[in-house]
Amino acid sequence: MPGQTQDSATINPARPRETPLALGLRWLLRWKTSRAALMVLGIIVLTGLLAPLIAPYDPSAQPDIVALKDLPPSLAHPFGTDPYSRDVLSRVIYGARLSLMIAVLATIVSLTLGVAYGAIAGYAGGFVDSIMMRVLDALLSIPRLLLLIGILVAWPRLSVGALVLFLGFTGWFGLSRIVRGQVLALKHAEFVTAARALGASRRRILLRHLLPNLVSPIVVAATLGVAHVIVLEAGLSYLGIGVPQPQASWGNIIQDGADQVSTLWWMSLFPGLLMVLTVMTLNILGEALRDAYERRS
Amino acid sequence: MLRYIAGRLGQAAVIVAIVATISFALIHIAPGDPFSAVMDNPNVSERVRATLRAQYGLDRPLPEQFIRYVGQLARGDLGWSFSHDRPVHDVLARAVPNTLVLMVIALVGSFALGILIALVQVARRGSAVDHALSGISLFFYSMPDFWLGILALLAFTYWLPLFPVGGAVDPVMHEYMGLGGRIVDRLRHLALPALTLIVLASAGVARYQRAALLDVLPADYIRTARLKGLTEREILRRHALRNALLPIISLVGLSFPALLTGAFFIEKIFAWPGMGLAVVNAIGTRDYPLVVGGVIIGSIMVTLGSLLADLLYAWADPRLRDH
Repeated sequence: MPGQTQDSATINPARPRETPLALGLRWLLRWKTSRAALMVLGIIVLTGLLAPLIAPYDPSAQPDIVALKDLPPSLAHPFGTDPYSRDVLSRVIYGARLSLMIAVLATIVSLTLGVAYGAIAGYAGGFVDSIMMRVLDALLSIPRLLLLIGILVAWPRLSVGALVLFLGFTGWFGLSRIVRGQVLALKHAEFVTAARALGASRRRILLRHLLPNLVSPIVVAATLGVAHVIVLEAGLSYLGIGVPQPQASWGNIIQDGADQVSTLWWMSLFPGLLMVLTVMTLNILGEALRDAYERRS
Repeated sequence: MLRYIAGRLGQAAVIVAIVATISFALIHIAPGDPFSAVMDNPNVSERVRATLRAQYGLDRPLPEQFIRYVGQLARGDLGWSFSHDRPVHDVLARAVPNTLVLMVIALVGSFALGILIALVQVARRGSAVDHALSGISLFFYSMPDFWLGILALLAFTYWLPLFPVGGAVDPVMHEYMGLGGRIVDRLRHLALPALTLIVLASAGVARYQRAALLDVLPADYIRTARLKGLTEREILRRHALRNALLPIISLVGLSFPALLTGAFFIEKIFAWPGMGLAVVNAIGTRDYPLVVGGVIIGSIMVTLGSLLADLLYAWADPRLRDH
């Protein structure tokens, strides 16, 4: 609760109030599990960032489509090759880069929309709020995957940028409900009344006084949101309406091998394992952060 | 109570109306003609094209099209499926029961399994068993539905051929089986997709339920029960679980979107002839009316599911029931 943090700041004036981000990081480093998760995630992110340096082959090169296709894992190709003779390890590494990038960018889009919508609804209150919430209920009752399928089938051969936007557009409903609840609860807090009495504009109250109090739920939602988008994008790519070929994402590598799953098992196993590892670490971190913020409040 | 039910029903109706509006928008903001794939196809005869244009009134102004569309929806007309050459509602009407079977089994199974896991964990909270189960459920919770489906298919139909590869019945032998044989055949085909979905969904239930149980444990009535001399097992069963039951009902309502999404992938992987398989195959053939029909029906299913859960909640919670 904001009132309490205000109190602790006055009790201990020597130490400036810790920002939620710093507090979150301090908590993450405290627990063994979240420390390990942070490290594993760091390695995966680094692998993605440094993909051109790490990947042993060009991810879209098809060196010999007859002799080098469908090779099981070996020393030359630790994750095997695909039906187009491409090296699966290199594709998985580049896939990490693309899948993570898509997830992070889409989550940024969702956060922006979700915070804006939720803050407006919560701050406006009354009739506007209830209309906005009914719309949100409807949007929440459409399963996100179905909505995306409906959109993506209408736009065949979409670019990755458009995919990011659509993933972002469909991901803010849950967050905006949380934000709206927080704003609604804080709207009549004393520090808001004080700001209003001092003549602060609505926009100033929202941006300078309410938003900083929303950082912790936003950080949690962002972490879990990235995990969710990774799975979602993989699912769409698996259905053939996500990341277009020849670019590699974890989902479409699995899709490339899906027709012959019984023989090309390495094409589903390795990208999937890496994906589960990533999503797991993000879930661990998101929940550790939530615990940290709840414990503080 | 009656007022609550009426209000909740009205809310569900509004949701369905908004879903219909969104799917109308989906059809119309798409670039070009939503049926251009069909229009360009030389195999589609002039007669079908003429029917389509007349049926959708594509030359009409948008408001008029919207009214037409709502009217058609209200009569259950979801348009024409090009790839099946049948009305969409006809295709979906055959598929939805199969999806419902899968979802209901997965719902019941995953809640039973998930609650059981949570109870075991809470009874031994802090122990190695608790940590191990937490780890396992986090692992399955983090897993994409389709990936576990592929692994299950790989492991239990190819490497260890315990189950048939796909479909709802044996394509050849089913016709020649007796009643008992047919039932066994159906169950054998149902087992692996249902189990996969149960495992996927129960991970979330277990995690949620463990937290819910741990939330009620510090309550005063639990301490009273403990002081009364009840064993830990009895406290869990008679006091903690019973009070953690209401969150279970709301979790049922919240789990429908994920369950339906899971069913989509699982049906595709195991060729289970439900709505998911129909829609996913329609993606491949760009059969847009069938895809949008699936989106609408899927959303309505989710809405009805959460409506049912809310009504059940109102009935089960004495504080709400008496109002």
